[in-house]
Amino acid sequence: MSDYAIEAAGLRRTYRSRTGWLRPLRREVEAVRGVDLTVGNGELFGLLGPNGAGKTTTIKLLNTLLIPTAGSARICGHDVVTETREVRRRIGYVFGGDRGLYERLSALDNLRYFAELYGVPGRDQQRRIAELLELVRLAGRERERVEGYSRGMRQRLHIARGLLHRPQVLFLDEPSIGVDPVAARELRQTVADLAATGTTVLLTTHYMAEADELCDRIAVIANGTIQALGTPAELRRHADGRQVLEVEAYGVTDAQLAAIHTLPGVREASVTVTGAAQALTVQSDAGVDVQADVLRELDGVRLGRVAARQPTLEDAYVAIVNRVDTPARPVEAVAA
Amino acid sequence: MIGVGALLHTRQLSRSPFEIATALIVPVVQATLAVYLCRAGGEPGRLLEAAVGAGLMGVWSSVLFGSGGAIQNQRWQGTLEMLMLAPRPPALVIFPITLSTAVTGTYAMLATLLWGRLLYGVPLTFAHPLLFLVAAPGCVLGLGMFGLLLASTFVLMRNANALANTLEYPIWLVSGMLVPLTVLPGWTGPIAAALPTWGARAVHEAASGGPVWPSLGICLAISLGCLAAGALMMTYVERRARAAATLALA
Repeated sequence: MSDYAIEAAGLRRTYRSRTGWLRPLRREVEAVRGVDLTVGNGELFGLLGPNGAGKTTTIKLLNTLLIPTAGSARICGHDVVTETREVRRRIGYVFGGDRGLYERLSALDNLRYFAELYGVPGRDQQRRIAELLELVRLAGRERERVEGYSRGMRQRLHIARGLLHRPQVLFLDEPSIGVDPVAARELRQTVADLAATGTTVLLTTHYMAEADELCDRIAVIANGTIQALGTPAELRRHADGRQVLEVEAYGVTDAQLAAIHTLPGVREASVTVTGAAQALTVQSDAGVDVQADVLRELDGVRLGRVAARQPTLEDAYVAIVNRVDTPARPVEAVAA
Repeated sequence: MIGVGALLHTRQLSRSPFEIATALIVPVVQATLAVYLCRAGGEPGRLLEAAVGAGLMGVWSSVLFGSGGAIQNQRWQGTLEMLMLAPRPPALVIFPITLSTAVTGTYAMLATLLWGRLLYGVPLTFAHPLLFLVAAPGCVLGLGMFGLLLASTFVLMRNANALANTLEYPIWLVSGMLVPLTVLPGWTGPIAAALPTWGARAVHEAASGGPVWPSLGICLAISLGCLAAGALMMTYVERRARAAATLALA
């Protein structure tokens, strides 16, 4: 048995597309530009990154849905290009969203079909399906058509489907997307339980709290390359020497945000909109109090709560990802 | 696996409002076309033959849009990737889908004949009634295997719908489903021979008289060839699709 559940070396993937016939326009997009990583047996590994960073492409290269343009990858010691079937026997794949199920069939029919496809022996199917329906709490609803299911129920059915053949390695691609907080918490518990029983999990997510709570190690990917890799505690140190100011505001303009960026001591500044309010987050050097300067720049803007706090994993993530926008340079993993 | 797959895909297909509407309307239209073409041609004695031909057109449409369309539907549903991730030969994964379209195709043929009988009084007096019951499923099965070959194209191409639309009417014509091959120009002969024409010929012979077994035998032999070629193509195409990233919508 291989020491690692997942190994990737110099993994690259370029998408080529062509539009038009008479004067075809060819386009190349380098989605993954040399990913190196190893994931140990039984490890819960997180892959974080902004939209378009290359997370899903990396997962699809590892789970055999895509063939790499260059580099190599192995799952439980089997090459993803030349030993496809061996790899597929050992992996499960779950992705977020509404798609990927037979809507007009019941959950039970969906599971029966995929149990056949994934080679679960006939004599074990009934027991295994019942077990999984209990695990994802769909027991009692299994004869209803999937088209009547809520998003959370579909997501749980996805997980049950991914686990039918007891995979050694489970790829979870944004499984909690669009799921309500209670369902997301239950989903996290299910994932943690799986990891506890020895299943290797590779999880991509946008939710830092989820990654922080679940993952043994996290890789931050941006622009197709791994920008940082380490335990959540190690990654948090990328925001060492910083402090964070959070301001609830109503009507911050782009010009004001740009002005805040140029204030002495300010490292990052961003605005996220939540309902009618804006949340302005300003990261600054720990020794510099920028609060008075920031509030001066926001003169005339209606403000709510203002609070200073220590950086979190999310702040570290923002710091890592934002460095990619400046001339690309990989960030070394921080030693423990 | 093939049995469970075909059953569940048939169930999924039969619950689609679009499929239900098509299954109700198209056989009536085809039966009407067949009857009026015969009457206009002054050959009302060949009503049954025309109705059988119209039914076969329905089977072909079902296989073409079923095999191709079903693959496209899998892509839209996001299930094509999940099917391809199964640790099975790709042809074995796709075959139940084409088989389920053959099952719905059988319905199209029977419905056309029944509507012809109910609405226009088409006499269901078959020359070889028992052989008709063998030839019709044989023809449908043959078309299903041909469907596997077609399906491989759809796995590779995201916009393969255009191919399905282009193929529907020419194949109605050259496969002998609607008009006898003898009335077509000579150059269509080789094309017709390579297509699932023998199944249609066997069904026609069972309905209006003639040696059914040779045609049915050739149909099944060609279809087995299609199955073998489809299986090889599917393995090749699956790899190409992974290289070209066409298993998903985007």
